[in-house]
Amino acid sequence: MRYILIFTLLLISFLGQAQDKYFTKSGFISFFSHSPMEDITAVNKQVAAFLDIETGEITFAALIKSFTFEKALMQEHFNENYMESDNYPKATFKGKILDYDKAALLSGQPYKVKVEGKLLIRGIEKDLTTDVELIKEGNFIKGETLFIAKPSDFDIKIPALVKDNIAKEIEVTVKTKFEPY
Amino acid sequence: MRTLYIYLLTIIVFTPFALAQDADALLDEMMSEQSDITSATFKASRVILGHSIEQAKKGEMEFRISHRFGQLNGGGYELWGLDQAWIHFSLEYSPIDRLTFGLGRSNYQKTFDGYAKYAILQQQSGRRTIPISLSVVGSAEYKTIKNDIPDFNNSHRLAYVAQALVARKFNDNLSLQLSPTFVHRNYVESSEMANDVYAVGFGGRYKLSKRISLNAEFFWVNDLTGPEGVTNQYPLSLGFDLETGGHVFQIMLTNSLPMREAAFLTETRGKWSDGGIHLGFNISRMFSLHN
Repeated sequence: MRYILIFTLLLISFLGQAQDKYFTKSGFISFFSHSPMEDITAVNKQVAAFLDIETGEITFAALIKSFTFEKALMQEHFNENYMESDNYPKATFKGKILDYDKAALLSGQPYKVKVEGKLLIRGIEKDLTTDVELIKEGNFIKGETLFIAKPSDFDIKIPALVKDNIAKEIEVTVKTKFEPY
Repeated sequence: MRTLYIYLLTIIVFTPFALAQDADALLDEMMSEQSDITSATFKASRVILGHSIEQAKKGEMEFRISHRFGQLNGGGYELWGLDQAWIHFSLEYSPIDRLTFGLGRSNYQKTFDGYAKYAILQQQSGRRTIPISLSVVGSAEYKTIKNDIPDFNNSHRLAYVAQALVARKFNDNLSLQLSPTFVHRNYVESSEMANDVYAVGFGGRYKLSKRISLNAEFFWVNDLTGPEGVTNQYPLSLGFDLETGGHVFQIMLTNSLPMREAAFLTETRGKWSDGGIHLGFNISRMFSLHN
């Protein structure tokens, strides 16, 4: 009897946490800056993310230093001069799916939603609403979105000398493949 | 029942810690499994005169131009040194991240030089912690200037340098470096002068803003004996690093005219105390050779 009780408690304690959460450690975020002088692309493939399929809540966290650039010097300037990644090592997003419908998410059909939340970069929080496409494929839930971020919104100062090299609006692409937690 | 309570307690206490509940905590967990290599200990591959632990990354080529004007105490006739100019330029290439080769030429004694620099340790924190960066540099300098010294042959034109660079970035602004150095000259002008000279470099930078740093560099040298009647000086340099997009400008005041190790450690003649100071600058431009 005692063992059954213990087992049940254990089961409840894990199931309660695990079943409704999906996660990834290898989310993909890339950004693209187009300017008359040059195009700049950076990629981060080590993004942490959670999706709660009960509540429709989504969280993302990315390490700024994990963004890789084509040119090493660009990467150094990105970290040192623009993002100050020693002081602000992470960027995070916390949000939720608007008008969330769990059944639609789990249907196996593309589920197009709006996600609304807060984007935190360099200690500055900005509201962000973006169109996301989610689809459940087998055990996984894939998600994809694209939005625009402005360096000026996050107090990123671009010196006059390179202002033609860096776009005013940066295109950010996010791709994730969530798995059960 | 007692066992049950222990079980329950265990579950209650440990479950929240075992599973990260949001992406932020999960990222922390992922990061604790990795090492974070310290970057940008210095802005340039030279502290001022001497090598820093920085080097071009894989597939990058650095083109450097260094200038030194004449001595400030040259007076109005020499426009305080600005009438004279010495130049050094070099191409430096990294076939892999930790290894750089450089070839250079200076009009000072018409010298060719070559070096190799290898990063043995990289300062890092996280899963693996290394408190310092350690690089080694080997170089050779070949003076092609003509002379009429009897029995002078080509091997006399060569000098060699072996150097270790030990650096630490203490925080965002402050980095310090220690550079034990050995110089061997195949030829010296007088019998009092030693062929082998030991030196220790002390260098550092302090960032004044994101793109400007104040740098200082001093070399202690064990033997300052120069050719007849001349005493060498300890090289002392003060300067600023100014970073623009793809360039780093280094502007300095230094009592050294030569721009490579074997020469500036054994042929520095300017005295700070009586204005034997050169205004100078280094310009560095990085090119990416791969895609």
